[in-house]
Amino acid sequence: MKKLLTGNEAVARGAYEAGIVYASAYPGTPSTEILENIALYKEDIIAQWAPNEKVALEAVIGASIAGGRVIASMKHVGVNVAADPLFTFAYTGVTGGAVLVTADEPGMHSSQNEQDNRYYAKFSKIPMLEPSNSQEAKDMVVEAIRISETFDSLVLLRMTTRICHSKTLVAFGEREEGVKQPYRKQLDKFDAVPSTARKLHAKVEKRLLDLEAFSNETPLNFIEWHDKKIGVIASGIAYEYAREVFGETVSYLKLGFTYPLPFKKIEAFAKEVSTLYVIEELEPFMEEQIKARGIECIGKAKLSNQGELSPQILRAALLGEKFEVIDYDRSDIVPRPPTLCAGCPHRGFFYELGKRKNIMINGDIGCYGLSGFEPLNAKDTTICMGASVSMAHGAQTIFNRYDENMRAVATIGDSTFFHTGMNSLLDVVYNRSNAITCILDNRITGMTGHQDHPGTGYTLQGMPTTIVEIPELVKALGVKHVRVINPNHLDEVNEAIDWALAIENEPSVIITRYPCALKKYSPQDLEEFGALDSQCVVDEETCIGCRKCIKTGCPALIWDPEKKKVSIDTNQCVGCQVCLQTCPVNAISVKGVSR
Amino acid sequence: MTATKNILLVGVGGQGTITASKILSNGLVAHGYDVKMAEIHGMSQRGGAVVSQVRYGEKVHSPVIDEGEADIIIAFEMMEALRWLGHLKPEGKIVINNYKLPSVRINSGIDTYPRNVLERIRDKVHTTVIDASDMAEKLGNRKTMNVVLLGALIKSMALEDLPWENIIRDNVKEKFIDINIQALKAGMTAV
Ligand SMILES: Cc1ncc(C[n+]2csc(CCOP(=O)(O)OP(=O)(O)O)c2C)c(N)n1
Ligand code: SF4
Ligand code: SF4
Repeated sequence: MKKLLTGNEAVARGAYEAGIVYASAYPGTPSTEILENIALYKEDIIAQWAPNEKVALEAVIGASIAGGRVIASMKHVGVNVAADPLFTFAYTGVTGGAVLVTADEPGMHSSQNEQDNRYYAKFSKIPMLEPSNSQEAKDMVVEAIRISETFDSLVLLRMTTRICHSKTLVAFGEREEGVKQPYRKQLDKFDAVPSTARKLHAKVEKRLLDLEAFSNETPLNFIEWHDKKIGVIASGIAYEYAREVFGETVSYLKLGFTYPLPFKKIEAFAKEVSTLYVIEELEPFMEEQIKARGIECIGKAKLSNQGELSPQILRAALLGEKFEVIDYDRSDIVPRPPTLCAGCPHRGFFYELGKRKNIMINGDIGCYGLSGFEPLNAKDTTICMGASVSMAHGAQTIFNRYDENMRAVATIGDSTFFHTGMNSLLDVVYNRSNAITCILDNRITGMTGHQDHPGTGYTLQGMPTTIVEIPELVKALGVKHVRVINPNHLDEVNEAIDWALAIENEPSVIITRYPCALKKYSPQDLEEFGALDSQCVVDEETCIGCRKCIKTGCPALIWDPEKKKVSIDTNQCVGCQVCLQTCPVNAISVKGVSR
Repeated sequence: MTATKNILLVGVGGQGTITASKILSNGLVAHGYDVKMAEIHGMSQRGGAVVSQVRYGEKVHSPVIDEGEADIIIAFEMMEALRWLGHLKPEGKIVINNYKLPSVRINSGIDTYPRNVLERIRDKVHTTVIDASDMAEKLGNRKTMNVVLLGALIKSMALEDLPWENIIRDNVKEKFIDINIQALKAGMTAV
């Protein structure tokens, strides 16, 4: 029987069927559910969250060299973090088969850029597979392991959001238990010192030629002949869109193995058709290479390199078709931007920080990045994970250099601090900075859906483990001024900010410590923070309609424009009491509730 | 079999659109259709607008539904109905839950909720409004609102002959099976 699976669930199933024994990843949309689903095969696969993508890939590299079949998965920008080991592992090759999944995000539904990671295959000279649906995603993991072991190379499996998160039908296969290769010390293969690396590079160039020959033969790249006036070359989701639009009226060269490209097949196909379209999302990755071989084709001349494609975009661009759309007034439809949840522990901290003058707030990536919107307005920048701390250091250096009355503050989440923020804090300490670092420890990786990390006390597959305590860690990195506060206590927050601003010549760190409102409390959390057993209520009589509490941005606070009073939504309120502290007439009080 | 059909389920994070589309898709698969279903995860969980797209037929290629392509829209919330109306075929149908969920910005007085939503939509297309939230409340569990709407959808798409009770049994937790079957029936009779 076939089952509906997302592309991510299908990759996990593929990992199982391919005989993979070790998987590592760092969460990131749209890749997160790959490892979460692999983790469910507890008997067969050891699945682990790594603190960042570089570490995940390196762990997988070690496991492959030791002889196991392995997989690493990450979002597109995660591959940037993992790029260093990637390029040299591309030289050494593997022992156990190795797959790296990159989950790209055309359209940036929840990402900071839309880089096209297919270039990583070409850049690092490794083979690449691109599934068009969940069945292919599953099958290609199995095929990728085969290719990896046959050609002695890491294989890149490139997915996009629509493949990762769309459910399509999948037929299952059996698990193929891989033969564990014995570990052998092989300096001429795995010790990439210059003299060896030169030889390895020569091997890589030869491997590319072999892979191109394979690309021409593999059924992953196939021709579907129909009318020959128009020929379409497409891969990934773009193939499904093309198929939707053109049906059986044009011929297709469907590419599942997209690096190295099958130029013999492409040449043969191009010769037979009158007009050749190359349909690809984002950059002209295939088009450029095809044109470089002197083959005429049309691609980005008609299709944008920005955002997602869709069947309708293809219809309009390639067929000049227009769709009839209901014409109606949309002017008063207002957006629903994402907001910090009711009771989010980040709220109290940003509520106070946002009021301060003469500070530059370097934001980072995570739920706390939502502090940049109304009404909190507590963020100046976002670049990439971990950057807030190093950027604050750089910015503070310039403010100091020009004697400006400005303080640079970094705000960074716990998971992000473990990811790369730790390295940045070393920079702050080492280079005698007075930048202020605020670590917003909500005891979980919130934004990507509540994954454990080195500070939570649990592994992905549920084993209790050492809790790395951030205050100890920060002190060990050399910070002398460290304060731990409850961000729901606004007085404490204010005092801590004053304290840090007063430390003029040395680094200071404020750690807010309170669990994410959506976190499932661990026994340790329950002991430390107690159960959520209260809510707040507004006394309508006392409320003067000043809307001060609304400035906290809590979604549980409801303003009634007719009555000019605030009320609290009992479905949402978790009783954090932040709003209560902002009320000038004490109209808000606490009541116990059972949950 | 017929040409591919396009169904859009729209609402707000936490309203249960995803569960409803999961039950729907599994039912269609059990019936032998090819099915593709698209969702966008991520930021939308934080109280944002959510949309699930379900396409079914003999052979489905693209998982996405563009403007002007949906045969039916099931809106779990009124403003979301208005937001996604452009995705409907001009001859398509829309089923709307008679329920307003203001955004945070509306609750804090920054934005205002659009006026006369139902009239404006009725003016343009074949519209059915049902009190799914009230009906679910009466059944004793307001969370079954999504399955009431699913029932309305199933009836509107003439899919009521599929073995939905079994499909619900396979897709919801044991203790919620009965109430969800009741919710489904209530939804079917509401349109
Ligand atoms: C290099 C990279 N990897 C992963 C992500 C995806 N990502 C965005 S936010 C986030 C987690 C943030 O967790 P935390 O720092 O604990 O903050 P919280 O969301 O809990 O407030 C992750 C993993 C990313 N944007 N960039
Ligand atoms: S998921 Fe947690 S950290 Fe994220 S906004 Fe909600 S409460 Fe805050
Ligand atoms: S106590 Fe106030 S701020 Fe906290 S969740 Fe409830 S309404 Fe929101």
